[in-house]
Amino acid sequence: MQTSQNNTIQIESIDQPDRKHRSPLQLSVHRFLKNKLALVGIIVLFVIILGAIFAPYLTDHDPRKSNLMLVEQGPSSDNILGTDASGRDNFARLLYGARVSLTVGFSAMLFTLSIGLVLGALAGYYGGKIDNFIMRLTDLVLALPFLVLALTIIALLGKVTIGIFVTVIAITSWPTLTRIVRGSFLSLREQEFVLGARAIGASDFRIIFRHFIPNAIGPIIVNATLMMATMIIIESALSFIGFGIPQPTPTWGNMISEAQSIRILRYHPEAWIPPGVGILVTVLAINFIGDGLRDAFDPKSDRR
Amino acid sequence: MTLTTKDEQEILVDVKNIKKYFPIKGGVLKRTIGHLKAVDDVSFTIRKGETLGIVGESGSGKSTLGRVILRLLEPTDGQVIFNDVDISYLSQRKIRPQREDMQIIFQDPFASLNSKMSVGQLVEEPLIVQGKMSKEERKKRVIEIIEKVGLRADDRQKYPHEFSGGQRQRISIARALVIHPKFVICDEPVSALDVSIQAQVLNLMKDLQDDLGLTYLFIAHDLSVVKHISDRVAVMYLGRFVEIAPKQALYTNALHPYTQALLSSIPVIDLNEESNHKQRKIALTGDLPSPANPPSGCTFRTRCPQAHDRCAIERPELIELETDHFVACHLYSEE
Repeated sequence: MQTSQNNTIQIESIDQPDRKHRSPLQLSVHRFLKNKLALVGIIVLFVIILGAIFAPYLTDHDPRKSNLMLVEQGPSSDNILGTDASGRDNFARLLYGARVSLTVGFSAMLFTLSIGLVLGALAGYYGGKIDNFIMRLTDLVLALPFLVLALTIIALLGKVTIGIFVTVIAITSWPTLTRIVRGSFLSLREQEFVLGARAIGASDFRIIFRHFIPNAIGPIIVNATLMMATMIIIESALSFIGFGIPQPTPTWGNMISEAQSIRILRYHPEAWIPPGVGILVTVLAINFIGDGLRDAFDPKSDRR
Repeated sequence: MTLTTKDEQEILVDVKNIKKYFPIKGGVLKRTIGHLKAVDDVSFTIRKGETLGIVGESGSGKSTLGRVILRLLEPTDGQVIFNDVDISYLSQRKIRPQREDMQIIFQDPFASLNSKMSVGQLVEEPLIVQGKMSKEERKKRVIEIIEKVGLRADDRQKYPHEFSGGQRQRISIARALVIHPKFVICDEPVSALDVSIQAQVLNLMKDLQDDLGLTYLFIAHDLSVVKHISDRVAVMYLGRFVEIAPKQALYTNALHPYTQALLSSIPVIDLNEESNHKQRKIALTGDLPSPANPPSGCTFRTRCPQAHDRCAIERPELIELETDHFVACHLYSEE
């Protein structure tokens, strides 16, 4: 069904001499938009982002302000999801927590991506000693147990801000992306069109930006996207065990850590189920988008 | 195209004793344990406006030679004098202005074009890199060359994936010629194409040569393709030239046993069974020896039907047997 539709589209487009010529990037976007699951992911993520951005308009409560007169309240017309152990409004914390979780995930991904792009590009493009040095460095970082390293850094620093938290995640997770960038650059280096670019006298800068990056961008974007999901989970996990962003700043992770108390776990599911679902849905949405991007950039992996 | 006037005999490319050895690394410490002699002491000249064909089996070093001449690979030893400038030891930065005058067309039209760029961008890129033209001038030049290679001006908006192999090779040709180079290395430009398309592309290249006064170094792996386009032909075996001669002389009076074997392997449809011209096929036995460990003396002796004792001891040098006809074989040299 799907394929027969595709065929007719192609035949039509051949018949039209004036049709717009699509670049490989435009073709990828086209393929992406045809992927329903990925579209659902985009919409869901968009709704969550909107909720996070417009949090002040969706609730009157301050997520940091505790009210010791109203501790561990059940849902009411004022506090839709009740209050936590310090009397802070759970609904406000859920919305503002989305801000922190998404910010951490996105900026950690961007940070990791920039380290990975620069180091991976240097290693893959120049090879030789530079490559050797960078690759041994990735081996070193990969050999360090992430959790122990993160806990040690955080414990030594004492006070954790979002900036420090993002940096810790980035400096422990750049090797994977670096290797991906290096790998695709290495394989591109041997391509004839790169030799051709050298033959016309193109500078290294031009070769990297006009020839390497456009050809390597697919897998990089896909991996960066999927990495963002992982980073949101890392944030939640660290917050859950008390090594994340400290109270009173709300994050989904430290909201769930409330559920460490049996009483809340049993009698106040409205306090910890929404942030849990928030993490689950966000990560799922991002992963759907990532899979959609993978299929869009690499038509050969099309499994439909 | 025959060259007669003295003017046109001016030398454009002078290759002197060029060598390209690739180190072979081995052992735990990745030490260099030997050298692969891809190009081993090759010298020749190309005159302005002529086409020198280079023929050899895969692995004979012909593509490496082309790339070393353009300094896409660094030579191990020797000199390349292009346009009276010794380019073999210039830094890559200093060599950039020279690249305007020398270009390369690659074998595989699917690998040699960046698939993320449109035809217009691809053809315009050399002009942007050289940075001597305004946007308007560039556009004019791009349209001009695209039409010259037999594509339409509208094709500029298209992407390589929308073209067939032959058309893609036309794009490669347009890209190489858009900056009006003097010298073009054609690295098996038709080997990846269907036979029916080969002739079209070859004719196009020949027309463009006449039009733009180009000098070609034409690399191929069979003699029949080279015959069509070359003025002189060199035969390469294991990194060395074994014979180099004007086309006529080479095809009618090949001296080196390897050239003779290659010529006899061109299939001929002979309807007249009683024909006196019926040639005996000289079948070469064995494979090309490894260039990492070439035979002593004459490297061809392991497969040569006429090898004798001397071939194993002494390496034959290229000697001029007739005017412009050089051969490296002990059959033709005195003790």
